[in-house]
Amino acid sequence: MKKIEAIVKPFRLEDVKDALARLSITGLTVTEVKGFGRQKGHKEIYRGAEYVVDFLPKVKLELVVDDEKVGQVVSTIGQAAKTGKIGDGKIFVLPVEEAVRIRTGERGPEAL
Amino acid sequence: MSKKIVLPLILIALTVTAAGAETEAPTTASNLAAIELVQSHADYVWTLVAAALVFFMQAGFAMVETGFTRAKNAINILMKNLMDFSVGSLGFWAVGFGLMFGATSTGWFGTSGFFLSDYVPGGDPWVLAFWMFQVVFCATAATIVSGAMAERTKFSSYLLYSLIVSTVIYPIFGSWAWGGLYNGGGWLEGLGFIDFAGSTVVHSVGGWIGLAGAVVLGPRLGKYSADGQARAIPGHNPPLAALGVFILWLGWFGFNPGSTTAANKEISWIFVNTNLAAATGSVLAMIVSWLKFGKPEISMSLNGALAGLVAITAPCYNVTPASAVIIGAVAGVLVVLSVLFFERLRIDDPVGAVSVHGVCGAWGTLAAGLFNVEGFSLSVVGVQILGIVTCFIWAFGLGFIMFKIIDKTVGLRVSPEEESDGLDFSEHGGSAYPDFQVSAYAQK
Repeated sequence: MKKIEAIVKPFRLEDVKDALARLSITGLTVTEVKGFGRQKGHKEIYRGAEYVVDFLPKVKLELVVDDEKVGQVVSTIGQAAKTGKIGDGKIFVLPVEEAVRIRTGERGPEAL
Repeated sequence: MSKKIVLPLILIALTVTAAGAETEAPTTASNLAAIELVQSHADYVWTLVAAALVFFMQAGFAMVETGFTRAKNAINILMKNLMDFSVGSLGFWAVGFGLMFGATSTGWFGTSGFFLSDYVPGGDPWVLAFWMFQVVFCATAATIVSGAMAERTKFSSYLLYSLIVSTVIYPIFGSWAWGGLYNGGGWLEGLGFIDFAGSTVVHSVGGWIGLAGAVVLGPRLGKYSADGQARAIPGHNPPLAALGVFILWLGWFGFNPGSTTAANKEISWIFVNTNLAAATGSVLAMIVSWLKFGKPEISMSLNGALAGLVAITAPCYNVTPASAVIIGAVAGVLVVLSVLFFERLRIDDPVGAVSVHGVCGAWGTLAAGLFNVEGFSLSVVGVQILGIVTCFIWAFGLGFIMFKIIDKTVGLRVSPEEESDGLDFSEHGGSAYPDFQVSAYAQK
């Protein structure tokens, strides 16, 4: 099992979700986050004082899938989230030690 | 007797007595009295409807201040606004009204009418309607200060200030300009001072006390960088701020026209002047912010509308609509420049209260002399300037002394830890947005 963490632009979330649904993904968690990569922030102005906003709003998706699905999921997310402009985000793949379905107590890939 | 006779007899008796109870034929005198009574009733209705509109301005101030400050201090802002009205009502009932409108032998303060003693049940209730209209004005002046002192003032100390402003500072100056509206008579109005609805009496008094508070408090943590540059501390909710401004604009239709305390045709041009000044103020402030900062900025545009409203408050009765446009325009430009000016002096005014109410209140008072429909007169303008300066000395001076004393005794400002945690938590043990994760825009 692998965990896929993807940080994408908030307005791409719906398209990513729809694309993953076509892959019959069994679950997904989404959090609202702030961050920056090489993009850096932008300047805003409030009552005459300029200030830099370093952190930009992003959305983080987390999903755990069987090893065989990883490649397909990563490229699906990548295609759906891409705009071609800086700040499109990143995808990380991490190993997962254990998964448990709380309702039934199932463990391992059956719990996904 | 049989029922057939009793019932008709009863009916006839009732009809005859009802006919006998008719009023006598109207005379000219009784007609005149009736017409006067209807006018009097209309005066009551208009005055009290206007009072209700001005009361609702408290919600306007609460929303503007909340929107322009950070989420972690929202409860504190609301508590101050709630108490400004509540404590203010009680203070003005007990002491303030008497000082402001009581009988006076000196022309400097009143000495009768405390605890609404002028009213006896069954007596003439006009004093009640008049008091109701005046108390909402007192509360307006008091709550202006809350914005200038936002995000770092001890709540208990603020309560103390609120009591003092509504029992002493506001009413005594008010007696000089408006005492004659009731039982009193002030020296300033005796000189012909024009301030129809209170650019000076209400707004400048509030604005200059707010300046005193901001000066004694010092700027918020993080407002100025080490080299003295002003940093942005963005308000957390522009929609609330805008809602607040619209509520204030609406309430001002009670504030200005209501000051006739009479139902007459004059309220029509007061309405129009009020609206034109507000509109022009917001447009000009938007334009100035656009030119200076490169983009039309919401907070300055909102301040501009308020600046126009404050400025037209004194001259609303005695200027033409075209003049109202000019007065509003100047106010819109003035407020933006004034905000930047005070910021450069390292006086931190989170909502621009000093610029909107103090500076534009002074401008509006001057404008009442400059644009007077009765013609330009240097002596009239001179009295306006006298009133403006006197107000500054009184309000800023007394405010400064009061805040200094409070600071030296019970303390005026919260500790740095309390300020960083947010006053909602440290002063009130709560959070305005418990269901949301609140984080402020942090800066270097």
